[in-house]
Amino acid sequence: MTIVNFTPVSALIGGALIGLAAAGLWWLLGRIAGVSNILGGIVRGGGEDSAWRWAFLGGLLAAGAGARLLAPELVHFQLDAGYAQVILAGALVGLGTQLGSGCTSGHGVCGVSRLSARSLIATAVFMATGIAAVFVTRHLLG
Amino acid sequence: MRTLAAFACGLLFGIGLLVSQMSNPAKVIGFLDLAGEWDPSLALVMAGAVGVFALLYRLALRRQTPLMDARFLVPEKTRVDARLVGGAAIFGIGWGLAGFCPGPAIVSSGFGDPRVWIFVAAVAAGILVFERGLRRPA
Repeated sequence: MTIVNFTPVSALIGGALIGLAAAGLWWLLGRIAGVSNILGGIVRGGGEDSAWRWAFLGGLLAAGAGARLLAPELVHFQLDAGYAQVILAGALVGLGTQLGSGCTSGHGVCGVSRLSARSLIATAVFMATGIAAVFVTRHLLG
Repeated sequence: MRTLAAFACGLLFGIGLLVSQMSNPAKVIGFLDLAGEWDPSLALVMAGAVGVFALLYRLALRRQTPLMDARFLVPEKTRVDARLVGGAAIFGIGWGLAGFCPGPAIVSSGFGDPRVWIFVAAVAAGILVFERGLRRPA
């Protein structure tokens, strides 16, 4: 196995910022920063939680749009998938995260930190099927 | 104030995804592609995030309440069941197909590539399918 494109310093710093942001939401609002759960709450609609959920998503979007305008050196983007693949991927992500109650942020970061058995198992499972999906698309079909 | 606080947390979360390059699908695929040339960066992103959050999460629990709300809300489910494992498996396949999970997809919606908007719309559609057909009655 050859190791390429490894960026350990920016990965650790960026990761620490993600952890700090999740801790901020926990300290201030007492909520877990799980992006798929926040999205699910918005799609379900209603409730007093709508405002903070929209605001959190707005912050994520502002980070991306702001970087594009003000700090283009932070924008790294390469997507090797066409529309059909992106639609299928999105539908699976939407369905799977709701059925499994979380994604990389809610299970992978927050749940693993809390040593939740459900999150530790979910994280192992989505890592394994993610690796399998990449193997099939890149090496068997690609 | 709660809304502003949530916006600030989302903004910082997004900056973390940008700095760590997790908003780049190719970077995520580079981690998941064990059979090719491997980029271990994502593991260190997780390590950094978990290290900081695990510490601050526990420190917060010394308090009775969060700073701006009435109580701490932790997920109530504790049972490992078929829904958890099946859902995580389905999510992982979708994650590997494009290199996107929900957070990074929303951040990179701001980059201007219409495929990302279509991805986010498809995520919303997948959530709707769950809500209409698969949600267990409470």
